[in-house]
Amino acid sequence: MSTFRNLSSSRRLALGLLGLAGAGGAGLALSLERAVSAADADRFAHAPHFHWPHEGFLDSYDVKSIRRGYEVYKNVCAACHGCFTVAYRMLRNVCMTPEEAKAEAKRATYLDGPNDEGEMYNRPGKTADYLPKPYPNEQAAAYANGGKAPPDLGLITFARHGYENYIFALLTGYQDPPAGFQVDEGLYFNPYFRGGALAMPPPLYNEVLEYSDGTPATKSQCAKDVACFLRFAAEPWHDERKKLALKLVSLLALISAALAYYNRHVWTVLINRKVMYVPKKKSS
Amino acid sequence: MSTQFYKSNPLFKVFNSTLIELPAPPNISAFWNFGSLLSGCLIVQIISGLFLASAYSAGMELSFEQVFKAMEVSDKGWLIRYIHANGASLFFLCLYFHVGRGIYYGSYLYVHTWNVGVTILLLTMAAAFMGYVLPVNQMSFWGASVITNLFSEIPYVGPNVVQYIWGGVTVEGPTIYRFFAFHFLVPFIILALVVVHITMLHMTGSGNPLGIHSEVDKVSFHSYFSLKDGLGVALASGGFVLVCMYWPLVLGDDENFSLANPSVTPHHIQPEWYFLFAYAILRSIPNKLGGVVALLLSVLILYLMPFTGLAKKKGSMFYPVSKGLFWGFVVCVLALTWIGACPVEPPYVLTGQIFTVLYFMFYLLTPISAALWDALS
Repeated sequence: MSTFRNLSSSRRLALGLLGLAGAGGAGLALSLERAVSAADADRFAHAPHFHWPHEGFLDSYDVKSIRRGYEVYKNVCAACHGCFTVAYRMLRNVCMTPEEAKAEAKRATYLDGPNDEGEMYNRPGKTADYLPKPYPNEQAAAYANGGKAPPDLGLITFARHGYENYIFALLTGYQDPPAGFQVDEGLYFNPYFRGGALAMPPPLYNEVLEYSDGTPATKSQCAKDVACFLRFAAEPWHDERKKLALKLVSLLALISAALAYYNRHVWTVLINRKVMYVPKKKSS
Repeated sequence: MSTQFYKSNPLFKVFNSTLIELPAPPNISAFWNFGSLLSGCLIVQIISGLFLASAYSAGMELSFEQVFKAMEVSDKGWLIRYIHANGASLFFLCLYFHVGRGIYYGSYLYVHTWNVGVTILLLTMAAAFMGYVLPVNQMSFWGASVITNLFSEIPYVGPNVVQYIWGGVTVEGPTIYRFFAFHFLVPFIILALVVVHITMLHMTGSGNPLGIHSEVDKVSFHSYFSLKDGLGVALASGGFVLVCMYWPLVLGDDENFSLANPSVTPHHIQPEWYFLFAYAILRSIPNKLGGVVALLLSVLILYLMPFTGLAKKKGSMFYPVSKGLFWGFVVCVLALTWIGACPVEPPYVLTGQIFTVLYFMFYLLTPISAALWDALS
């Protein structure tokens, strides 16, 4: 078996130089990355990592938190933001009973039609309906919000770096701007928002609503719950995904182990054979 | 009895000679597994793509919302999409290993097999790009705008060609319709070329790590290589399932979850990881036309490889300098992939330019160094 000690000096030198070049290259890449980070004027605070109830390999969504999060969304966010990925039927057997989901849908009103007379009409919602949008179109949303339409929250969790960490950090991160940072009229400073100033006023504060389950509605509690709900909105199949993952990974591990053993069994004669070259004896 | 049936039936004897009794060198390593893995990837992509196409609505306004709603509404729609999106990454990972093995062990000397393979690589890149555009999210819209704009550099007819591709004055509805049509069609062309690729390979037989003719020592494909390939497929599937089920979005971009907005440019426009090396080469050239030419050359240069076989022995196994150049080339590709994801500003621009030069130097230096080594030894 060859070791580094057994190698010739030229090979050792070559390997040493290769190692040096590799380490130097990695160091250069790291230093370049850091140097540019410091010079980038458009930096913003990265959301810290929080321990979410659903983040482990075997963890499912916290359905109580999703229910509270839906209450926050409905009472606070839904006035300006839509959520195109969630239908009332999806809340059924997740954070509501079927009856609750049906009643919740009925409280909303939807424009439907045309009817037999060719007229559009309003009807109460059904569980198949997606959560109502606050504005009829993008232009109306922009007009009502100073020229910029509030984003739909259906996929907002995945559309921002940091996912639900970002949502929580943004909602709890409003503060006075640091000295020298100019915030324009009608904007609010938030270090987690790209550029530092956003048009949305701080939406959450302590006791912004009363939870139906009696949980104290502190600002951080509301932020956590709505982040859980918005994660659910972006990936409602999360629990199903992890359950299926367990089955598939276990199955493939077993198949791989069996194939590895049988493969070795079949190949063992071939890879242990000895091939010799025996030159013919010269006939005298 | 059954053996004779397999040998005499016109249909089954093709499979018998291809998958059962095919003589194969016994010393081929795990790097030869990527061929069968690629066949598996293509089949998975075509089948998952058919399911996705059945729930897809093409259009600028419609696609984005429909794609995400279909993931929830269709039975296991999310799984199919995760498989298709991450399957593209696995496909390219296997492609790059396959091409890298071909370069290292001199497989490009099988000229026809190699050229058909490079054509498959090009078509796969085109299919992947068009598929990436279909959900019409912010990054895919801007990616489509940047890449289709490159055609404007074709002399005389460039601007007309771009408008013809767009079907309008910018990326809009007709662009998405035609991209969908081509994305649906191209995989079947690839499938046909794969059959040609395999047929040509079997006319010469597989290469091997020693680069020698091994007619005197071969074993049947089944059960030696059917098992070995099966193990490769099982292990790759394990890794693939882990990614799809636990980190399905790890290879994507946050901008993939925002609706395309033609009036807001994303902070960084960048393609998927498997195109980053070519994207870095494109950005390294200060001139737009020069960048487009370099981008095309970065892949088309593979067609020239069969003409670089100046060495006496096949492959790099017995050429230490060529081996060093090859691993340097691998470092170049990885570095360019990193540069492609970085913003266009110092020092990334200069770093990218240096690695671009080194990337192309590899193709020039390898045959020369091997010929010199032969002359000196």
